Order: sequence, then structure tokens, then C-alpha cells
Amino acid sequence: MNFFARFAQNRGALVGLIILTTIILMAITAPLFFPESPWRMLQRPFLTPFEVDGFPMGTDTMGRNVAAGLMHGAWVSLLIGLVSTTVALLIGLPLGAIAGYYGGLLDDALMRFTEFFQTIPSFALAIVLVAIMQPSVTSIVLAIALVSWPPVARLVRAEFMSLRNREYVEAARLVGQGNTTIILRQILPNAMSPIIVLASLMVATAILLESSLSFLGLGDPNVMSWGYMIGAARTVIRQAWWLSFFPGLAILLTVLALNLVGEGLDDALNPKLSRERS
Amino acid sequence: MLYARLIIMRLLKAVIVLFLIVIFNFFLIHMAPGDPAVVMAGEAGATDAEFLNQLREQFGLDQPLYVQLWNYVSGIATLDFGYSYRQQTPVFDLIMDRLPATLLLTGTAFVMSLGLGILAGSMAAARAKKLSGSLIMALALVFYATPLFWVALMAVMLFSVQLEWLPAYGYYTVGTDLTGFALVLDIGQHLILPATTLALFSMAVYTRMTRTSMLEASQQDYVKTARAKGLAPGVIQRRHILRNALLPIITLAGLQAGQMVGGAILTETVFAWPGIGRLMFEALMQRDYNLLLGIFFFSAALVIAFNIITDLVYGLVDPRIKESS
Amino acid sequence: MNKGNHVTSTTDTPLLSLQDLTIALPKGADRAYAVENLSYDVLRGEILCVVGESGSGKSMAANAIMGLLPEGVRPVGGKAMFAGQDLLSITEKQHRKLRGLRIGMIFQEPMTALNPLMRVGAQINEVFEAHSQLNRAERGAKALELLKEVGLPDPEKAIRAYPFQLSGGQRQRVMIAMALALEPELLIADEPTTALDVTTQAQILDLIIDLQKRHGMAVMFITHDFGVVAEIATRVCVMRHGQIIELGQAKEVLANPQHEYTRSLIEAIPSNIVPEARGAETDTLLLDVKGLNKVFRSNGGLFKPAREVRALDDVSFSLAKGETIGIVGESGSGKSTLGRCIVRLETPDSGTMSLSGTDFMQLNGESLRRQRKRVQMIFQDPYASLNPRTRVGMAIAQGPIANGVPKQKALVQADDLLELVGLANTANRFPHEFSGGQRQRIGIARALALEPELIVADEAVSALDVSIQAQILKLLEDLKQKLSLSLLFITHDLRVAAQICDHIIVMQHGCIVEQGPARDVFLAPQQAYTRQLLEAIPGRPEATEAASRQRGYK
Repeated sequence: MNFFARFAQNRGALVGLIILTTIILMAITAPLFFPESPWRMLQRPFLTPFEVDGFPMGTDTMGRNVAAGLMHGAWVSLLIGLVSTTVALLIGLPLGAIAGYYGGLLDDALMRFTEFFQTIPSFALAIVLVAIMQPSVTSIVLAIALVSWPPVARLVRAEFMSLRNREYVEAARLVGQGNTTIILRQILPNAMSPIIVLASLMVATAILLESSLSFLGLGDPNVMSWGYMIGAARTVIRQAWWLSFFPGLAILLTVLALNLVGEGLDDALNPKLSRERS
Repeated sequence: MLYARLIIMRLLKAVIVLFLIVIFNFFLIHMAPGDPAVVMAGEAGATDAEFLNQLREQFGLDQPLYVQLWNYVSGIATLDFGYSYRQQTPVFDLIMDRLPATLLLTGTAFVMSLGLGILAGSMAAARAKKLSGSLIMALALVFYATPLFWVALMAVMLFSVQLEWLPAYGYYTVGTDLTGFALVLDIGQHLILPATTLALFSMAVYTRMTRTSMLEASQQDYVKTARAKGLAPGVIQRRHILRNALLPIITLAGLQAGQMVGGAILTETVFAWPGIGRLMFEALMQRDYNLLLGIFFFSAALVIAFNIITDLVYGLVDPRIKESS
Repeated sequence: MNKGNHVTSTTDTPLLSLQDLTIALPKGADRAYAVENLSYDVLRGEILCVVGESGSGKSMAANAIMGLLPEGVRPVGGKAMFAGQDLLSITEKQHRKLRGLRIGMIFQEPMTALNPLMRVGAQINEVFEAHSQLNRAERGAKALELLKEVGLPDPEKAIRAYPFQLSGGQRQRVMIAMALALEPELLIADEPTTALDVTTQAQILDLIIDLQKRHGMAVMFITHDFGVVAEIATRVCVMRHGQIIELGQAKEVLANPQHEYTRSLIEAIPSNIVPEARGAETDTLLLDVKGLNKVFRSNGGLFKPAREVRALDDVSFSLAKGETIGIVGESGSGKSTLGRCIVRLETPDSGTMSLSGTDFMQLNGESLRRQRKRVQMIFQDPYASLNPRTRVGMAIAQGPIANGVPKQKALVQADDLLELVGLANTANRFPHEFSGGQRQRIGIARALALEPELIVADEAVSALDVSIQAQILKLLEDLKQKLSLSLLFITHDLRVAAQICDHIIVMQHGCIVEQGPARDVFLAPQQAYTRQLLEAIPGRPEATEAASRQRGYK
């Protein structure tokens, strides 16, 4: 069975993929549907959904179009999710690989370092970092990456530790392959599938983190984001519940979809190879 | 004895980590925008140059960096976390004032999420092939994906505004002089929504982990041995499968403690719960960096405390640690 | 000749009777039925050995009898009559009443068969609890008595121990104590000695025979090892592909196997082979090892106290060009560490190892990497020794490529090597498309690709079925002739060593206990430990005779 057939066997993963594709389309087509900046006041505030044509989700406290905010917000969420995960992988992967492959004192030192970062409550650290660096897309990406790399390092290290003593790796060392070749050609390809699965879940967590930061007012003041929309509507929830309901639902669906896709990837990438032995 | 050694090592490690966080904090303060003296002066509402110099001297800001670091570290060793000009109070006092509410909230949510999560997870494992098992897991996945602050808002909307079942804000009903049991009941009522909201995410994590861990444990050889003895399925489930499956969950609970403390910032903000999370939000709004970093230090300390507790529990449960000699 | 057949069956009604038992495998398995129309009886007081290689379905009937079939596997036809009821049609609850009370079972892996979080005593007590027998105090006393009976040293301490505090053999004794707690009429033993060292294996076999005689129960003993059959069986049932090949009195089957397959299994056991007198091909010294020492230190850390294990203790030997030396020992004897030091996967603490004049121990880093091709290794686990994502041709060619051979040339050479090991035109396949034996051939081809001066084979056939073992040994023998290889053959299995080695080194606790020409070591062992190892081999005629004579005097 090929990769996609195995992935499609997990129906939840397919649903996740469909939702995710929709959200990506939303993000891409946002400038087509709503060429105006989502920050512009276009109508009177507190329009209820469908009250006025062109405002299917009404307007917010400042008369801004909620639908436009929602679509433009998709872009920010996905962007920050992807970029911060990439940065976290760039930190965690080499650290974990080095620690796991070489072991010994180097491993000890790197793992103490990782543990230290893991002990610090990640959300509190992210808040402090963004507050001190001043909110911007860059500072948010950096803060999220800085708090989310330790699990990558630990996973990669564990994979490398178990794979480096595999007989085929020892065989490669015996035939005279160098460390770099062994890491890149023998170990990394066999460690990739759990890393890919983790990465898809990390994008989801990063999106949650970003929305939480924006909710607390630590979002980039120049970009519309779902968390900001909820945070701004928090005080008026009694008058206009939909202002916080729809962006929250969008976050929920995005994160859910990414998790479902992650589970599907897990099924597809880790077929029961281990069972083959018995 | 080894267990005693474990405790000592664990505490020693905690001290080292806290020390590193203090140093980290010190550098963060220096990274904060603007000259600390300017910030302080701004907070105090004065900006003339003489006052600035006076401030610099008073706080040793004119001294070399290492001296400042030493002053900072020794200050914290004597529980001096600096002064919050916005609130006109020492940071330490502010935090101590708010800590009990946070401990109550996170503690309740911790116990709640662990208990319910393990329960739901074992149910899902026992019904792994049935619809009810899948339903539990689907629900857990939704909770896992839901932004915490949004559930909090929706809960306020539903249970306080619409149904008027539970109070939406605060720690206890202001303006009443409740005492004894009535006060406990009142606080309990105020606690239900924030604690449940805060527990949801971790509960989902435990549910998923418990199920995986139990399904894995049920494949182990010793379960087959137990069945070969003729033991009843319930006994096998509890004594052999669940007990072994709990070990990784204890480890996970230690890691989730950080999540709890982070989540408390959001929950306390939405529910106006007067804990250090709410205090952090206030500090954030006012860019009160001294207070912000003080709280950061305490939240890390809280996580370390949770970690130590889970480590010790693990040591008690696993005989390989308790009895190895 | 045989220890088990003293006990004659007392009645004619079989204790257990399988009639046309058919067990279906889940969809997608390599065949539709695990066993098909299986019929055999287990008589009271006998030891029936069910013999077969992996995948023969030998354990399936036992699991069906216990009601412990894996998920998706279910009986679809036939009966399993035990004490007047059909075990396949009773409810799970009725089944539970039989398990532990009237049918006991022990398993292959003593290391994982006990709950790691419960004390041994509590785990034995559970058997009584499950069947509501005895009160609290009686349970404790009975558990202690059982531990004494299965020969655990210091039973008072063992009863309070956790499994991790016991050795593999001790844990298997605990398993036996549990299975015997309620004096079942039938004991099912599923490969109970396979995971144990030879000497421990011999002790556990003796224990099972002894207990069987004393309690007069029937034993259904599942094994892949005809040596074990010779040692204990009253009757034997040979299985292959889910069907019975041969069934009869053990003595008759062993002496006069009717079926070709049975014959090949019996022959595949080199227990009766006495090595021929062989000398080295040449007198040129290839490998000279002097004073090798290696100590493993675990740092202890939080949970473990620091420990030191002396894996190699002043080991010296030499190997001539074209010679094959067998290094034999039980687990923990240091034999694998020796092999790994020689290929420099481990670095010894001290000592020299000269390979045609180069001191291999002095090499490091890049100079070591460039010299590595001179010594190659064949690994134990055919499933772990090939990268699952590399085509086998490439896997073989990687060595020459790393040593500067152009890729195209190396790949052509890999094709030739695959042909040499009997796998022509398979270079483009991935490892999972091969069976265990075939993968081991690929591993051999990879070791040959660099034309090494010395090959170290670390338990190279231990993971294979006996019939495959014989094929691989034959291949190695052929290659030795054809390419005049020098081989260091590490094994725990004296029978295998006897087949292929010119010279044998016996190791224990990191030291060389005895070394000499294979024939001498086998026929006239000088050291007590060597004799003990030789006697422990199940099915060895002299050993069996001696043992039964001894037992006769009791």
C-alpha cells in the first residue's frame, strides 16, 4: 500500500486535510475577496451577522468587517505556525542529532540545556520574550520557536540514540563511512517519520500559542489575527458574542485539522513495520 | 538510602535551575526597551536628568555589569525582587498576596484533569473497538485543539450570562461577609468555571496518553501471564494494566505542570481570578518589567515544585527506583 | 536415553484431545489458517513435545486451549476436549475457571512475563485469589513452599523481591511455581528455555521433568529444538505450516524418522557431530591479540548505583591465515565484547591487537576509518543489520564506495556478490522483501565486498531457524573454501561451533577458560566449565545417558 492510500484509510485525517486546504485557500484568497485592509472601519459597529450585505459575520466594536479579519487572520496564523516550527526544527534537530549520535559529555551538556528550557513554563517565557522584544511577527516567531524546540531535540536524540546502535549503522561504520555520511544517509532517513509527525503537531501548538499571545495584546499591531479579534471583543461578550465566537471556531478548526493530519501522517509513515518480524 | 539521595539530588537540581533563571531574568531586564533608569523614572512619573542620575546611583546602575548581577542575585536570595513603581509595592509582596489564589486554581485543575483524564482514558482503552471509545477520543481531540481563553469566554457566556448558574468573575462574592463553610462554598462556586476550563486541555492530554499507555500495557507478556492464572478481567485491568500504564502518565503530569501555570495566566485573565496570572496580565498591560520578571521567576518555581512532587511519586510507585540497592 | 519416558500413561482416556482443530488467521496473513485439521492427544502423565520452526503454528493450539489466542485469530473448526468439555465452545468465564486451576502455562520470555511492579509473593498469591483458595496466611506459606520446591535460592528473600531483582532463570522458576500452585493436571510450556543460557536451560529442563514425575501431571512442551525433545519427550508431534508431519513415541521418531522434514530437522542439530581434526590452512599469523582488557562502567546517576563490569580480562590468542576460531560462552562471558573490540566498535582499555603487523588498537579517527575495511563483521540480527530504506545492492556497494571505488563499479561488484551468496538479480530490492535467512546472506555479501583479511561473525546464525542455520553454515563453509577466509566465529551454541571451527576458545566472566583444537575441546575438555557447558547441551547422547544413570540411582 502506498503512502496516500494508507493516509486515506484514516478518515479523520482526510477530513483534517479538507479543512486545512480550505483554510489555506482562505488565507491565499483573502486579498481577492477583501482587498481593503481588515483594520479599516467600514460600517457602524456591532452589526449582527447578515444584517448588511457584504458583512456575513457582522462588524466589530470599531465597525471593522469580521469576515475580512477572519480571512486575513488565517494567513497570519498559518505563517507564524509554519515559520516558528521551522525555526524550532532548525534549533532542535541538530542539537538532538549531535547529542544522540555522539553521546557522552556532549550529550549530558546538551540535555541539561534542553531540560532547563523545558522546565521554564513555556507560555510565561513566550510572554516575557515578546513583551521585552516588543510585539512583532518576528519577535512572536522567535519566542514561539524558543519555547517549542526542546521536544524536537528530545525526540531526535531518542531516535538517534536507538538508531546509532542499530546493526546497520554499525555495519556502515565498519565499512568506513564517516560520521556525517552515517548521520545523513543511515540514521536521519530512518528517524524522519516521527519528526514529520511531531512537526505537524507543533504547527498546531504554535498557532494556539500565537492566538494566546495576541489575545493578551501581544500580537503584531500591524497584522490582523484571530487571537487579537477575540481579545478585543472580550469585554463586549454580553452584547456581541459572535465577535469572539467565530475567530475562536476558526482557531479550533485549524488546530483540530492539523492534529488530524498529524495522526494520519503517523499512520501512513509508520506502517506496522515492527510487526513484520513475528 | 537511594530514595533519600533522589530527593536531595532533585532539590539540588531545582536550586541550580532557579539560579540560572535568575541570571536569565537579569539579562532580560537589561534587554528591556530603554534604560532601566528611564523606565523606572517613567514609572515613577519623573524624567529630569538629575533624578535619572540619582536613580542610577541608588540602584547601582552606574556600576559594572557583574556587580549589578551580583546585587540582583543576592537581592533575590533575600527575597528582594525589586519594586513595582506602578503599584507602589515591592514585587515580592504583590506576588505573595496573589499566590494562594493561583495555588488553589492550579492545584484543583491539576487534580481534576489527572483524575478525569485517567478515568476517561481507561474507559476509552477498555472500549477501544467500540463507538463509545471513539467518542471519548474525539472529544479529547476537540478539547486538545480548543484555545483555552476561548473556552473560558464561551463558558462565561453560557453558564453565567445565559443560564446564570455560576458566577463569572472573581474569587468570592464581594460585599458579603461570608465566613466558615458559607465562604468555602462561595469560593467553590467561583472556582468551578475557571478550574474546569483550565483542566480541559491537560485532561485531554491525559486521556490520550492513558489510552495509548493502557493499550500498550495490555499487550505485555505479564498480562498474558495474569490471564493464564485465571484472574478476572477487572482485576487484570486494574492491578496489571492500569498500574503499569500509570508510570508514563506520572512523568507526563510533571511536564504538564508548566502547561497549567501558563494556562492560569489566560484563565485568570478571563475570569478576573486574583492570582499571579492575572497579575502578570496587569504587569504586561502596564509594561511593569520588574513585576513581570518576578512573576516569571515564581511561575518557574511553581513548575519545579510540581516536577519534584511528580518525580517523588514516581519513585514511590516504581520499585525499580525505590528498592534498587 | 530419555528421562521422560519412565512414566507410563496410567489410563487410556487422554487428558486432552484435539480433534480436527482449525484456527483461522486474520486477513492479510501469509496463510489462511494457523493450523488446519490438527488432531493429537495429550495423555495423563506424559510429556508431549510439539516441535516446529517459527511459523509452524506449534503454539497456536496451546493458546487456543488456554483461550489466549491473539486478537483476530480464532478457532473455526474442530474440538479441544478436556475433562469432558470442549474448550472451544465454553464461555470465557468457564475458561477462566480452568486456567491456573486445571491447566497451567509458562512462557518463553521470563524477563517480561512477570509484572514489574508487583512482588513475587503477591503474584503467586494471585493464583489462589483467582480461584478463591486458601486464606491469607495459608497463601503466604504455600507460596514460600512453592518457591522452595522450584529450587529458588533463599526463598524467604525471593518472595519479597520484585522481578527486576531476579535473574532470567530465577524468574522462570517463579513462573513455574505460579503455574504449579494449584496442581494442574496439564502444564503447557511454550518454549520455556529458549531465552535462557545452556546451563540454565539444562537446570530448568531437569526441574520440569522432576516436577512432572512428582506431581504426575501431563506436560505439553512446545519447542523448536530437537535436542530438547531427545532430553524430555515421551511422545513427539512434529509440525510444519500448520499441519502435523509426524507423531509418535519420541524414541522411535528420533531413531527412525519417517518423514523427510523430520529427518532434516534431526540432522540439522549438530549435537552428535564431533568436529573433524582440522589444521589451519597456513601457518602465517594473521591476528595476534595480547592482553586485552575492557571494563564497562555505568555512571549510576540518580537511580542506579555506579557499577563496573569486567567484560574482558587479559585476553590473548592468535589466529592463522585461513583459520576459523570459535569463541564460545554464555551471555555475559565477554565473547561479544571481544568481537566488538577486534572490529573496533569498542575500544579496549589496554592490550594490543596486531593484524598482519599493524597494531589495530593504535588506530584512531581517520586512519582507523581507512583501515576498517580489513576487518569486517557479520551481525546477529538479520532484521536489524540492513538499513530498511537502502536497496540491498547499494547496501553492499556502500563499503567500496566509502573506500574510493567508483559507484558504478561497486554496484556491478555487488551484483556478483549477491550471485555468490545465492541471491542473483536482487540488487534493486529492499530488505523487507527478503526472509531472515536471505538477509543474512546479504549481510555476508556486504562483509565480503571489501575483501577483508578477517571476518568476525557475531552470533551470525543464532536468530535463525535450525534448517536455515544449516544452510547459512554451509554457505560460510563453501565461501571459506572458495575465498580462503579467516573467520572469528562468536557463538553461544557449542553445536554450531563444532560444525565450522578449527579451533575453539571458551570464555567465562571475561576470561579465556580453555582453548585448543575443536576436536580436543569437544572430546577431552580440560576444564570443569567446558565440561559443564558440553553436558548442558540438550540431546547430547553422553550427557543424556549420564544424567539418566544418575537419576536412576536416586
